Amino acid sequence: MAEAVAPLRIALAGHVDHGKSTLVGRLVYDTGSLPEGKLEAIRASSAKRGMPFEWAFLLDAFQAERDQGITIDTTQVWLKTAKRAYTLVDAPGHKEFLRNMVTGAAAADCALLVVDAKEGVREQSRRHAYLLGLLGLSQILVAVNKMDLVDYDQARFAEVARAIEAYLDSLGVAPRAVVPVSGREGDNVAARSAAMPWYHGPTLVEAIDGFRPPIPPVDQPLRFPVQDVYKFDERRILAGRVESGRLRRGDTLVFSPGGRKARVASIEAWPEDRRPDEAEAGRSIGITLDDPIFVERGQIGHLEGSGPVETNSLRARIVWLGRQPLVRGKRYKLKLATAEHQVEVQTIERVIDTADLASRPADAVSAGEIAEVVLRARATLVVDDAKILPRTGRFVLVDGFDVAGGGTVALDGHPRARREGIRSTNVKRVEGRIGLAERWQANGHKSGILWLTGLSGAGKSTLAVELEQHLFRKGWHVTVLDGDNIRHGLSADLGFAPEDRAENIRRVGEVAALIARSGMIVITAFISPYRADRDRVRRIAPDLFHEIHVAADLATCERRDPKGLYAKARAGQIPEFTGISAPYEAPEAPDLVVDTARNGLDACLGQLSAYVERSLGKVEESS
Amino acid sequence: MDHLDALESQSVYILREAFNKLDPLGLLWSLGKDSNVMVWLCRKAFFGRVPFPALFCDTGKKFPEMYAFRDRYAREWGLDLTVEPCPPVEEMDPTLPPAARSSARKTYALKSLVQRLELKAVIAGIRRDEDATRAKERYFSPRGENAEWDVREQPPELWDQFKTDFAPGTHIRVHPLLHWTEVDVWRYIRREGIPVVDLYFAKGGKRYRSLGDQDITHPMTSNAATLDEIIAELEATRAPERAGRAMDHEAEDSFERLRVAGYM
Repeated sequence: MAEAVAPLRIALAGHVDHGKSTLVGRLVYDTGSLPEGKLEAIRASSAKRGMPFEWAFLLDAFQAERDQGITIDTTQVWLKTAKRAYTLVDAPGHKEFLRNMVTGAAAADCALLVVDAKEGVREQSRRHAYLLGLLGLSQILVAVNKMDLVDYDQARFAEVARAIEAYLDSLGVAPRAVVPVSGREGDNVAARSAAMPWYHGPTLVEAIDGFRPPIPPVDQPLRFPVQDVYKFDERRILAGRVESGRLRRGDTLVFSPGGRKARVASIEAWPEDRRPDEAEAGRSIGITLDDPIFVERGQIGHLEGSGPVETNSLRARIVWLGRQPLVRGKRYKLKLATAEHQVEVQTIERVIDTADLASRPADAVSAGEIAEVVLRARATLVVDDAKILPRTGRFVLVDGFDVAGGGTVALDGHPRARREGIRSTNVKRVEGRIGLAERWQANGHKSGILWLTGLSGAGKSTLAVELEQHLFRKGWHVTVLDGDNIRHGLSADLGFAPEDRAENIRRVGEVAALIARSGMIVITAFISPYRADRDRVRRIAPDLFHEIHVAADLATCERRDPKGLYAKARAGQIPEFTGISAPYEAPEAPDLVVDTARNGLDACLGQLSAYVERSLGKVEESS
Repeated sequence: MDHLDALESQSVYILREAFNKLDPLGLLWSLGKDSNVMVWLCRKAFFGRVPFPALFCDTGKKFPEMYAFRDRYAREWGLDLTVEPCPPVEEMDPTLPPAARSSARKTYALKSLVQRLELKAVIAGIRRDEDATRAKERYFSPRGENAEWDVREQPPELWDQFKTDFAPGTHIRVHPLLHWTEVDVWRYIRREGIPVVDLYFAKGGKRYRSLGDQDITHPMTSNAATLDEIIAELEATRAPERAGRAMDHEAEDSFERLRVAGYM
């Protein structure tokens, strides 16, 4: 019984009209891989259009492609040599259809770059070669095609071969072979050409058989992006694919962002008698955990100490495919593994000219261009360096409804990159001398962050100051961090755009956590309109964070308007004003809701102090 | 992980993406080998369940064995079976060749199912190796208001990041088996023990390699009466799978025309 082996996937690349489709037709025919009846069908299609036999019709199946003689979309054909089975992924060479070239090439394991012997290395030859590298294809083979048109001239071949080798070398790629061929005549495709006795290297088929199958990333660090959470029955199953490494029953997984931990109780399967004990890279699985921690789509499960990087901004190399150019300052949706985040293009560091690899600064990146950019997100991005773990290091950007670009993450030298493991080490060192419990005992109460969130005018600052005074008089250690005060100093460099608000809240969160860990109660009064920002603060200090919604409807707040801001916002003088021209995302499950529209100040203060007494007032005696 | 495991995991990943992103969702169940493999993969993806309706476009001209198979396995597999009768052939585009015209009936039944159930997306078991136009498909393939396929404007699809954001009125075809080949399907059926209609196995020197309507589907000469024999036959043959499906071969563009108009 023949073993089922995965075919190796080879992407075809090269400039338009350099004969890729013809070469593929020839490869398939000469290896005896052409389906029965196909030759006759191609002959009939060619005759119908008054053309000589056209190999390209094997791939160019659409009427529009045949009538115009160009490849529009990528396609696949199957090839079998004596050694192995292959899937050939043809890709259009026309610049207009670059998105289809990228679609095709991204699905491949290795690549065959076709260069016309007569025309030599052209614009798309270089761009495609560059893209193959960006897409992570390191095994590249070059066919110098149409040797029949240059009379099989050795000197011309050597010239073209030198040019393409020099270019590939500048990308850090060494081709596995450069083969002189003629797709139309079949020279050096499957059989050695009598017309080129000067060539002693492999035929194209021999060179293709020299490709090595890709090595699955089984021995790399574990990455398990959560795809979905199913609750079809009493089990709560986290579904996802192991993108790298191995996941074993009994492993303790850390889910980033957030850092919550639990053990893998089972690897579920259907039929149920096939539950495995481990699953390796590439496998789609479902797991249950021993602890019902909150996990959602987009988080990545990994092992402690070998986790991905958590960051709010990242540097990436992208290829842009959108109808509209990529613009600095514009927001796009980034999709990486199963996570989706809004990102803003903070800087376009350079646009790379693939002709000579020169680069220039730019404010926009047009379709077909390659660029290095810095993207910034409000939420925490969990990423790997694409050079090390490509499956969690590459992403697409969505503009409106359309996938408009692809990119790979480059983490080298990135200052904001923080490793999950390093963070927890530092925290432990600080807590080693005087424990938090000791501080609580000395103070007679617990510490924490009382995070007041709500619309401008809801009463956050008023309540914060009142509560601070109330607790201070009782002898408690307490302080207030107020929005306006922070913006005079710590966050003086920030404005009110969403990402500036995000950064402001992040800083406040970090400072509040430091103060709370010193044993004090911190009351913060910030609108903090975005759920993601508040969730990030919660993640900084999950054990100390109390989310308190100071709730009042917009009409009430607008009527109060203590700083006259609503009036200005209505008049269009304040952009991005929460409630008017920017959203307020109310907490979904706050620890406390204080309704200042319905209740007076004293009642609200009473409610707050009762909550603080209840949750922070009692310190357990240490044994 | 072997080749079949890899194929299975990729399809399961796609099914789960579709289930997460596209709601409501339906699964086209034509009763053929590929769509039975699809049902099986759904049960793998969703731990024994098929959490959306199984859609059957009834031409009224399937083989009796197929109807018997449908009734038995819809029950055994716990499928939420939804049957849609196809309109008469007289209502189809008269410029299509006869067999294509007959096949177009299914497109109409599918469109009315999509409307009636207000489906955002339909899962179909087509594969790239079946036909040169299917070879150019995407895993997530957007269709217009009338289910038409715009072959010039297919979305980029890289690194398993599928198009999941759509303008209102867009309808999606999801193709989780796109990367499988015919022999892969049979090897998987053999490994997993998936039931298929008997017509695939040779009787009296003939068997059906692809199943459609009785009047436009022809058996091939074959003595392959077991799974092992079918797999051995497919490893050796160079004859195309859909040779026995009349609508593919009437004119150079007949299948593309069918598909552009919304055929699977």
